[in-house]
Amino acid sequence: MPETTTNGHAQSFVGTRTIRPDGVDKVTGRARFGADFNLPGQLIGRVLRSPHPHARIVSIDTSKAEALPGVKAVVTRGDFPDQPSEFIPAGEMMMNYKDVVRNVMAREKALYEGHAVAAVAATSVAIARRALKLIDVKYEVLPHVIDVEEAMRPGAPLLHDDLFTVGVEPKPDKPSNVAKRIEIKQGDLAAGFKAADLVVEREFKTAPVHQGYIEPHAALATVSEDGTTELWCTTQGHYIVRAHCARLLGLDIGKVRVTATEIGGGFGGKTVVYLEPLAIALSKKAKRPVKMVMSREEVFKASGPTSGATVRVKIGVKKDGKFVAGFAELKYQAGAFQGSPVQPGVFCAFAPYDIENVHVVGYDVVSNRPKVAAYRAPGAPISEYAVESVVDEIAKKLDIDPIDLRMQNAAREGTKAAYGPKFGPIGLEETLNAIKKSEHWNAPLRKWQGRGVASGFWFNIGGETCVSLTVNEDGTVSLVAGTPDIGGLRASLAAVAADELGVPYDKVRPIIGDTGSLGFNFLTGGSRSAFSGSMAIVEAAKQIKSELCARACKLWEAKPEQVEFSGGAVRPLGALAEKVKPMTIADFAKVAGKTGGPIGGVGRINAQGAGPSFGTHLVDLEIDPETGRATILRYTVAQDAGRALHPAYVEGQYQGGAVQGIGWALNEEYIYGTDGKLQNAGFLDYRMPVASDVPMIDTVLVEVANPKHPYGVRGVGETPIVPPLGAIANAMEQATGIRFTELPMSPPKVLKALKEKGATKV
Amino acid sequence: MAKHHIQAHVNGDEVEFLCETEDTLLDVLRDTLHLTGSKEGCASGDCGACSVMLDGRLVCSCLVLGCEVNGGKVETIEGMAEGEELHPLQRKFLEHAALQCGICTPGVLVASKALLERNNNPTETEVRYWLAGNLCRCTGYDKIVSAVMDTAAAMRKG
Repeated sequence: MPETTTNGHAQSFVGTRTIRPDGVDKVTGRARFGADFNLPGQLIGRVLRSPHPHARIVSIDTSKAEALPGVKAVVTRGDFPDQPSEFIPAGEMMMNYKDVVRNVMAREKALYEGHAVAAVAATSVAIARRALKLIDVKYEVLPHVIDVEEAMRPGAPLLHDDLFTVGVEPKPDKPSNVAKRIEIKQGDLAAGFKAADLVVEREFKTAPVHQGYIEPHAALATVSEDGTTELWCTTQGHYIVRAHCARLLGLDIGKVRVTATEIGGGFGGKTVVYLEPLAIALSKKAKRPVKMVMSREEVFKASGPTSGATVRVKIGVKKDGKFVAGFAELKYQAGAFQGSPVQPGVFCAFAPYDIENVHVVGYDVVSNRPKVAAYRAPGAPISEYAVESVVDEIAKKLDIDPIDLRMQNAAREGTKAAYGPKFGPIGLEETLNAIKKSEHWNAPLRKWQGRGVASGFWFNIGGETCVSLTVNEDGTVSLVAGTPDIGGLRASLAAVAADELGVPYDKVRPIIGDTGSLGFNFLTGGSRSAFSGSMAIVEAAKQIKSELCARACKLWEAKPEQVEFSGGAVRPLGALAEKVKPMTIADFAKVAGKTGGPIGGVGRINAQGAGPSFGTHLVDLEIDPETGRATILRYTVAQDAGRALHPAYVEGQYQGGAVQGIGWALNEEYIYGTDGKLQNAGFLDYRMPVASDVPMIDTVLVEVANPKHPYGVRGVGETPIVPPLGAIANAMEQATGIRFTELPMSPPKVLKALKEKGATKV
Repeated sequence: MAKHHIQAHVNGDEVEFLCETEDTLLDVLRDTLHLTGSKEGCASGDCGACSVMLDGRLVCSCLVLGCEVNGGKVETIEGMAEGEELHPLQRKFLEHAALQCGICTPGVLVASKALLERNNNPTETEVRYWLAGNLCRCTGYDKIVSAVMDTAAAMRKG
């Protein structure tokens, strides 16, 4: 590792492939994830869940369970005060505490199979399980509805008597399952279609898919007699967990301390609370620590998937390929409570393209499924899949190269997006060029093989962020961030801190602090944590550098203009350089006590200027005509990172997102029986990609600097899951001659389509 | 029913423990022996996060009962590094950034080590099929497969 020198600039670590600071703990089994925490005297908490997809809860009798020796607490709906209806922003979505309190513990009704109805804390797992069986819940089973189209029909079983569609005129006088209608409009759609030489219209369906993090939800809570509450949990945002728990249980935020454990994947699914308020409520009652961990079945049935949807897309185009009109109608499942990601779906649908006339309508629809949670670029993959499929069809019909067609219509600097803003410098064209220039694009294909391309967009976000840097007595630096690190954040932030302060990377120790150690941090999501965190570090480092310059002035009896901070040291300038030697951060650390006390800085920002991110994916696949199975042969991702703080972890985001998209496109889906129960709540039947399902994922890091970030960074995590669905559908079309309009394109569906086409003979 | 008294070797140490009949080896490792490096992702043998070696065989410890290991030899992720020296696989996983969240990493490493012990020159396809029982949701497997193949190459050179 390079040493900081007193007469030169330190090496830059940003943009290099440093070893992650938390790495050794993670390859040795030492890293502590949600379920790895224990406290002396802890009880085990378990949840009783509704076996019915829709039922009125007539009564809950917990007396027998409470009487069982070893049971220390039981909680039900009565232990969580009701909340008024009020929408607050939560990540990329809005939420309402009236719904949150009902989702963590069913109140009037159980609204999906797996909905929590009661929870117990007992001295052992066996006793907790027995206690659950002793809880007597009387249900009045109600008709249920699972499919989004059925849920929208008049006369469909109603989930909420007080749900009146917002955003329609006149205001409906009857409740329905449609929570909201939203739309965006630009130009004159009718005129646009009239001017078109070709109009292509298609309807698509996508299945709900789960984020599929390997680590189930886990929480460990301890509440003292005076109400002081400590919680360890696996989450993407411990400040958000603190806010939700304090609100749901009527606690002072200052009395609740939440520590984010290492997190075993989230992808948006760990931005909300499930077990956390239950564990706190149980611990409060039992006066002992309570640990709760979900089973995989509970994860599938009671936590996050993202929406399944029906999407209709219509694009009008001139003969030369110019898009002149785009219409889309999106119907997104929200699960049991409103709040699907339909709004970002609406905003993103046509964002990659410069189209004068656009109209997108979206519906947020409840049905008897688990409440959806954010999933990587929430909502965007669904609407953009439909648009990218239609774009591909247009390219075929007009006999225009699909990359050229996208290039001709691509959003670029100055394009006004239909959802509002005018884009600054963006890298969509660069990603299209990168794909077109790749060797992959021109490689030959054989029979039953197909190649597909698709682009994708995500906004990216900033938000409230607080980071501290402290110079320790020996000159090493402690970095405390408040956004959980899911995929290399600490490595990226440590590199930025090292460069800002001019100290070696391995002298910076980054940790994720608990909620008591920093000001409020919004969660890790929206592709914000490296973007915002690095901005906050620049701020914190600035404070340290100016403080050290001030101290040097005192020590050297110099004026501010006679010193500067560079290369990890305060340097005397001009004549002063003859008299005194530069002082490194380590030199100041040694005399910190005598020169003004501890040295540190705290970056407290509400990060603005997130740079939109675009990517283009290219995929080759081969169909087995006997089974209908699609094998992914080759895959290339090109995406604009703005600036890759840590190229290897940026590539990792591209690769991981692509493979999640492959799963979504080809196999993953929630399968319900007519009884409204989930039939594949396990990793055997919910088929996520395994190592042998996928090839290497080639990556091209495009870097079009974000002018609003000191290093040019754009968020990178979300966009990679957007293009795969369209790219794979387009490749399927090329391989089979069939336009598949329903996800997943699983073997039975493909085989059926091949048979109908009479194309199964090799 | 009385608990079972079990004696076994875990990462070279002789251990004794009591377990219920229904306790899995994973329960015993995590809750009784406090070796929490092995993870529970599914408890059904589908995700491989709990992979350990039992008498030289790669197993999902969630599918083995604690009382089955009586007299046996168990190796977990905690026994992979030798002193301060990381196993070459552990080093290569760090160099290749072959982990993001890291929850699957212990199982993937244990499984990869088992592969390299029987085949020091695996093809990419062999690595992919061997690791097909270890789910990773973050990486898309690319860097994992590269790290394993690079380790094999380095170990062949000695």
